[in-house]
Amino acid sequence: MNLNMTLVGELIAFIVFVIFCMKYVWPPIIGAIEARQATIADGLAASDRAAKDLELAQEKATAQLKEAKAQAAEIIEAAKKRETQLVEEAAEKAQAEKEKILAAGHAEIETERNQAKEELRQQVAVLAVAGAEKILERSIDAAAHSDILDKLVAEL
Amino acid sequence: MSAAEVTSQEYIKHHLQNLTVGEGFWALHIDTLGWSIFLGLVFLTIFRSVAKKAETGVPGKLQCAVEMIVEFVDDSVKSTFHGHNPVIAPLALTIFVWVLLMNAMDWVPVDLIPRIFELFGVHYMKAVPTTDPNMTFALALGVFVLIIYYSIKVKGIGGFIKELTTQPFGHWSLYPVNFILEMVTLLARPLSLALRLFGNLYAGELIFLLIATIGLFQLPVHFLWAAFHLLVIPLQAFIFMMLTILYLSLAHEEH
Repeated sequence: MNLNMTLVGELIAFIVFVIFCMKYVWPPIIGAIEARQATIADGLAASDRAAKDLELAQEKATAQLKEAKAQAAEIIEAAKKRETQLVEEAAEKAQAEKEKILAAGHAEIETERNQAKEELRQQVAVLAVAGAEKILERSIDAAAHSDILDKLVAEL
Repeated sequence: MSAAEVTSQEYIKHHLQNLTVGEGFWALHIDTLGWSIFLGLVFLTIFRSVAKKAETGVPGKLQCAVEMIVEFVDDSVKSTFHGHNPVIAPLALTIFVWVLLMNAMDWVPVDLIPRIFELFGVHYMKAVPTTDPNMTFALALGVFVLIIYYSIKVKGIGGFIKELTTQPFGHWSLYPVNFILEMVTLLARPLSLALRLFGNLYAGELIFLLIATIGLFQLPVHFLWAAFHLLVIPLQAFIFMMLTILYLSLAHEEH
């Protein structure tokens, strides 16, 4: 073991290397490592958050879908109800119309019948007078016997 | 003693001789200095090139490799030292990578580098700087100075002296005994750091040289010994780093 000035030289080299490492090597490298660690941690946190957001959005979408389905069902139900109502209304109207038309027809028929009856009565009166004339073979004063004729007509 | 044995002894001796300039205490081991500074520059160049264009986004392959080492050192520091000190982590990184690179020179075949330098007329070349006690003691001394510095900085001179004298025995009459015990503990730290690294690598190098003298059969044995150094080389670098962190964190602790 021969210790000599080499030791001093190596000590100086050692000190210079350590100082250089301390100033120019260690801080940038460890800084880059720590910055990347922070970035990665942020990225992981963000992806976690995104996953949570996705889950939430899916839940929301499902809820909205359910709601939409319910609404659609409701609308269909309402539409069906309305349809039945419309059909019923139409049927009612038709029924009313039919009754109205029937009533009008009946009334017309009645009028016509009455008219015919009246006419018939008139003619019957004339015929009765003519018949009576022929039977009596004399003329009867229609005016003088009109009360009898009227009675007869009323009896018909 | 046969002639062959003398030759192999000379061979080993020759390989364990540093390329030296100067005499006695003023001597400089050019090979140790040259290789260690070269490897230190390799370390700093690679790491600085990554640090300069350090991406916070997707890193390149070199950046990944460098960051793995940096994170490994950072984790080691954080698991042991819980205060705030901007020196310890870069210091640990420098020690770990530099010592690892210097130890890794052990894997280079023992004759390769000396032979190449022999071609240029350089007769001594010891390429593993950590097999030179000057190297390991320089590292340990640097760490020791930091231990003293932070002990005084954190606890004050009074606190540091108190720590050295008032324990483990609480009675004032035993303070000198305490002081001797604590000084031994304190001085044993750099000494053990330096000698552990030097001893392991020197012994490893010596065995490589011994294996190199046994003829053709040396090839599988060299392979086995080099494979064993897959453990020794990183482990010694790691131990040096961890003990540095540990000693410095002890220097920060108040008793």
